[in-house]
Amino acid sequence: MHSYHLDHLQYLETEAIHVMREVAAEFERPALLFSGGKDSICLLRLAEKAFRPSDIPMPFLNIETGHEFPELLAFRDHRAKELGAKLIVRTVDDVLARGVAVQSFGETSRNRLQIPALLGAIEEFRFDCCIGGARRDEEKARAKERFFSFRDSFGQWDPKNQRPEIWNLYNARLNPGENMRVFPLSNWTEMDVWEYVRKEKLEVPSIYFSHERECFRRGGQWLPIPPPHTDNGRPDPYAGARPKPNEKRAKLIVRVRTIADMISTGVIESRADSIDDIIAEIAAARVTERGTRADDKASEAAMEDRKRAGYF
Amino acid sequence: MALPAHHPVDLLRFNTCGSVDDGKSTLIGRLLYDSKNLMEDQIEALERSADITGGGQINLANLTDGLRAEREQGITIDVAYRYFATPRRKFIVADTPGHVQYTRNMVTGASNANLSVVLVDARQGVIEQSRRHTCIASLLRIPHLVIAINKMDLVNWSEERFIEIRDEFEEFLPRLDMKDVKFLPMSALEGDNVVEFSAKTPWYTGPTLLGHLESVHIGSDWNLNGFRLPVQWVNRPNNPTDPRWHDFRGFSGQIAGGLVRVGQKVMALPSGLATTVKEIWTYDGPEDEAFCPQSITLVLEHDIDVSRGDMIIGPDHLPGFSSDLFADVCWMNPRPLQTGRKYFLKHTTHTVQAVVTSIENRLNISNFEPEPGPSELAMNDIGEIRLRTARPVIFDGYETNRLTGSFILIEQGTNATVAAGMLFPPREVVKPEASDFVI
Ligand SMILES: Nc1nc2c(ncn2[C@@H]2O[C@H](COP(=O)(O)OP(=O)(O)O)[C@@H](O)[C@H]2O)c(=O)[nH]1
Repeated sequence: MHSYHLDHLQYLETEAIHVMREVAAEFERPALLFSGGKDSICLLRLAEKAFRPSDIPMPFLNIETGHEFPELLAFRDHRAKELGAKLIVRTVDDVLARGVAVQSFGETSRNRLQIPALLGAIEEFRFDCCIGGARRDEEKARAKERFFSFRDSFGQWDPKNQRPEIWNLYNARLNPGENMRVFPLSNWTEMDVWEYVRKEKLEVPSIYFSHERECFRRGGQWLPIPPPHTDNGRPDPYAGARPKPNEKRAKLIVRVRTIADMISTGVIESRADSIDDIIAEIAAARVTERGTRADDKASEAAMEDRKRAGYF
Repeated sequence: MALPAHHPVDLLRFNTCGSVDDGKSTLIGRLLYDSKNLMEDQIEALERSADITGGGQINLANLTDGLRAEREQGITIDVAYRYFATPRRKFIVADTPGHVQYTRNMVTGASNANLSVVLVDARQGVIEQSRRHTCIASLLRIPHLVIAINKMDLVNWSEERFIEIRDEFEEFLPRLDMKDVKFLPMSALEGDNVVEFSAKTPWYTGPTLLGHLESVHIGSDWNLNGFRLPVQWVNRPNNPTDPRWHDFRGFSGQIAGGLVRVGQKVMALPSGLATTVKEIWTYDGPEDEAFCPQSITLVLEHDIDVSRGDMIIGPDHLPGFSSDLFADVCWMNPRPLQTGRKYFLKHTTHTVQAVVTSIENRLNISNFEPEPGPSELAMNDIGEIRLRTARPVIFDGYETNRLTGSFILIEQGTNATVAAGMLFPPREVVKPEASDFVI
């Protein structure tokens, strides 16, 4: 080390490690939300950097919508095992089956339904803090989010009543039943995430790289065609997310830019098959990452509404 | 936008302040737009909302107006963060709003900034808000200040007007102890001197705003004198499968000042026990030295008792060690600060109970005069207070170290963050008892 100055990735890294260690020290029962997506992949590396040679002192939690890309779930399980971490999975299916929440008429995306599933898991395991991979550059409502985002006992976010966050002094105090969401990647951009993936040589799920896939056109974007429905005893979980006869289908060379689940992730036509290609593609991209997510398009205030109700 | 693939760039954090309608949001929109950091769907969303609310005209300010409540009230109510990059630097912008009652937001947005941009409407010149924002920037010790004189298009690009406003600032700046101040004539709306030089200001020879942001020297913005490691987390593997870690005991934290080297002497406070650094452990392998603000894990030669909230320090530039503290605070809560009240004080990684023993004065932010003996500090007031803590605090003056000289106060019961505090330099420094620590 010759110059006593950090470059931007080193700065973002030390900031995120500091945040993670604050969580480990200040909360009794934290969890780390791990979906297998690129942001949470970075979180895991940061957790290794924060806590090794000890074990990562918190379990991983994933809320499945039931619409995941199979590649993603396989990657998630493999990575958790590799790190020797405990992985807790809770599902929207289960929440629906128990009648805790119901699907509203015509609702195909299950993003809203992840909320009761997450709150259920928080209650079941008495988690007082969940670390998530959200970034402020993703979306306008997120731009005001804190590193330590306070949620009341209903899991709700009140944008007008957040704690001021000054210097690197995070107020982690909670009363019983209250909860904190913590976002160590708050200051990272999509580009930073990929540059970090490259620098750290992190493995990512194959669907981020270009591959051939059956798609259909809806709402101005290409969506993947869901796997066939085989279990006739149960309702089709992808009802509403299958192409209608009048919707155009095509076999395309695509990749996903952001992973929600199969229903709300638009794919982009791309030949990028290495991290360098992805970085070059983002540098030249003309659409923000969330521009490929169907769930945000519904209304400009969509994200804000979901956040108020307890979304990550 | 296109970044050279492997070129490391550094990161500058800045905030914008000014009163309502001075053009903060327009300026940030302009920076994003002209530096090609906007995407098609963002422009599309702008156009969509232009049709609904703007009578068809694109409003760059809409880019930074995030929340629904704000859109309804038509004002920015909180701090919003924006990100953009040029081939030379990455930027984090804190958009801090300008209402009188929102001093707290400016303190929040500016606390981590390398640089503040204070916007002034060229038609109005220096108003109370301009003094207030400059004063807060100076109290927070923001290393660099830019006074952007905006809406120059509305005063016919008059050099005379520009100089007049600059002179008004220079009348009070000497009292504020700001080291690096730049004045810049600008039109955020039309884009003059923001990213591109303006043909309308041939008399202005300085850089554009973006040019300045890209080149201002920030290498020495962190404190590199006097090693400080506030211990965050004790790293002690539980039943490790790898025998190498059986006896591992490391102290993890983010260096808050200075440098540390393997083999050097260090002391743990408050215990006062001295030892040497055996290893600087990181996930990426051991380091010979490390510096502020890196996050590391220190392994010490002797097995001394250290826990979260303790501080490991080097032998030079010793910190203060006291439970009697003097500080400037910015009060951030609707319930005023009164003497005799108890709070939690969080300083570095250490949280202690503290009682406010006196309020020495309240700063009159318009003339920078301290007014002695106020009965309380109300929301957005800044004043000097004295505190007594249940256990001594290891600290530096805020003016020498922003990380070990700052604290927050947390209200008991509600857990609200009610104050941001900046400590005065210690009256006396810690006296190491172990004689071998003296060098
Ligand atoms: N003529 C002119 N108008 C400007 C300029 N900058 C901002 N404005 C206008 O001033 C008004 C307030 O700007 P805005 O960015 O919303 O101010 P904020 O409240 O500080 O964020 C808007 O109508 C802008 O179009 C400028 O340089 N020249």
